[in-house]
Amino acid sequence: MDIATLAFSAIYQFGDAFAFLVLSACGLAIIFGMMGVINLAHGEFIMCGAYVTATASHAGLPLPLAILAGTIVAGIVGALVEFVVIRHLYARPLDTIVATWGLSLIATQGTLIMIGSTMAGIGTPLGSFQVGAYSYSTYRIVLFFAALGVLAGLYAVFNWTRFGVLARATIQLPHMAAGLGVDTRLIYSLTFACGAALAGLAGGLYAPTMTLVPTMGATFIMEAFVTVVVGGADIFLGTAPAAGILAVVKSAMTSWQGQLFGQIGLLVAVIIVVRVLPKGFSGFVLRERT
Amino acid sequence: MGSLVSLLRRLEGPQTVGRGPIFWGLFAVVLAAALAFPMFSDGYTVGNTVYFFVWVFIALSLCLIWGYGGSLSFGQTAFFGIAGYAYGILTINFGSAYGFTLIALLLAIAIAALVALLLGYFMFFGRIEGVFLGIVTLAVTLMLERFMAQTAGPEWHIGTARLNGFNGMSGMPPLTIPWPGGPIVLFADVGLYYAVLAILVLVYLALRIVMNSSFGNVIVAIRENPERAEMLGYDVRKYQLITFVIGAMLAGLSGVLYTAWGQYITPSSMGMTAAALPLIWVAVGGRSDLTSTVIGTLAVLAGFQALTIYGSQYALVVMGVLLVLTVLIAPNGIVLGIMNWIARLPSHKKRGGN
Repeated sequence: MDIATLAFSAIYQFGDAFAFLVLSACGLAIIFGMMGVINLAHGEFIMCGAYVTATASHAGLPLPLAILAGTIVAGIVGALVEFVVIRHLYARPLDTIVATWGLSLIATQGTLIMIGSTMAGIGTPLGSFQVGAYSYSTYRIVLFFAALGVLAGLYAVFNWTRFGVLARATIQLPHMAAGLGVDTRLIYSLTFACGAALAGLAGGLYAPTMTLVPTMGATFIMEAFVTVVVGGADIFLGTAPAAGILAVVKSAMTSWQGQLFGQIGLLVAVIIVVRVLPKGFSGFVLRERT
Repeated sequence: MGSLVSLLRRLEGPQTVGRGPIFWGLFAVVLAAALAFPMFSDGYTVGNTVYFFVWVFIALSLCLIWGYGGSLSFGQTAFFGIAGYAYGILTINFGSAYGFTLIALLLAIAIAALVALLLGYFMFFGRIEGVFLGIVTLAVTLMLERFMAQTAGPEWHIGTARLNGFNGMSGMPPLTIPWPGGPIVLFADVGLYYAVLAILVLVYLALRIVMNSSFGNVIVAIRENPERAEMLGYDVRKYQLITFVIGAMLAGLSGVLYTAWGQYITPSSMGMTAAALPLIWVAVGGRSDLTSTVIGTLAVLAGFQALTIYGSQYALVVMGVLLVLTVLIAPNGIVLGIMNWIARLPSHKKRGGN
């Protein structure tokens, strides 16, 4: 194997890990960054998106539309959850963890009861291509660009739309924003729904690549949390670079020792980052909110 | 002698609910009932009750760290699993002769404490707090589960003990007490019942003393306001680390007793669901008090087992609903709410009389 194919293989694996981290973390990061709420049911929103996408795809919808359906349904479910549970707990961030943990339990077991232990998957589209001795899935390349697209889209929304500006105002000084007539409750609701929809999008995008089981959310949440912890609250200054660094760690460890060591590498990285750079994230947003 | 009296005086104090002759009278009645229980019951029920008792220790560990210390940890099941596996590996390798199971129990708890010391050092001296602590401990727990689940191959063994991947380890000897007339083997029956009950009562009373000592008061002060505690000259990180290690030892005790009880341990005892359950018991019971934690844990466990007759998935959904409702409606816990209400009754009457 020559240097070029080796380099391509490394870049491909990095891109794959990067896309996975960005897509699974950005919904969580938005909710956390805006409200200081850690949503432990994040994985279940991803599961919801994946299940809806698979169902829509089986019903004959083309995959992009099916993914859109998954995104929208997860967003609606998110708005509902915010209205019923999260809304009452903004003053108690630790309790939101516990409550969303309960929601996650309900969602996982409820899905198991209603749909069963597995659901028929959808095949990975777009086939594969050959570089050197190895073949690569084209869909993974699509996922990488989807992750970049999501980052660009979020940047646009938070900088150039009225919602984005009001949302940022609400993060910085909630009382001031409320005083100036911003409906901060509505902003919080929309933000939570937005985060849930992004989780649904991640689920929809990854639905063709994984087996659909009720516990599939757990596959995502560890990576998502690790990325958010390392990155902190800001998506562009935090999540994106954190995903970049962690993707290097993960893809290097994975190609060296296998999947599990990729994840152990992530965990060790997060513990070290936390020890060396405690101020990088430590309760920063929580303190700012109070 | 004088120091013993002052130690016993710590059994009641500001950090624990329940004081005076009425409380301790009730305590004695409950203890007597618990002691007499095996005489009026069959072996299966007694074994099952031991199973309930085993879980109380991990609940108490969460009560200590989360309720008193104010740091939410999802990692208790990790220490549970570490100690459980350690007990299995040690006893399968070295057998149960000469009371080695008891040494294995202590060693397993020490290993859990060591891991907690290492992890806790990075977390507390890295000043991780609030929600981040929960995330890091959860990540550690899930990682450990995934690691143990992939150890199915024959290359994964420590000494003669195969780790067996997802199916878990089994066949370790139960706790055995060396005795002149032949060793007493504590199967999941009356023998183990009295042993675990004794440990439970001792741990409960010891924790009451610890929490009402100056150490416990500092822990609560840190929960209420870490900056103020620091300004008063306490090293917050050290206190949090010590609490975390004590909690890990309690969770480890739970793990060892569980492994010895059923003579098996699997990676799923460290999974998401396993990590959620202690949280539910403690939240429903009332996390900021030892007594309400014990009562809540036993009550929810009994309820959970009654529900599993209809299928464990349904029971878990009910548990999830219970947790969400508790957080929304009674954030301090249902049992603790009732206990505080009872404690207020006499004073209301007195005021009414005046």
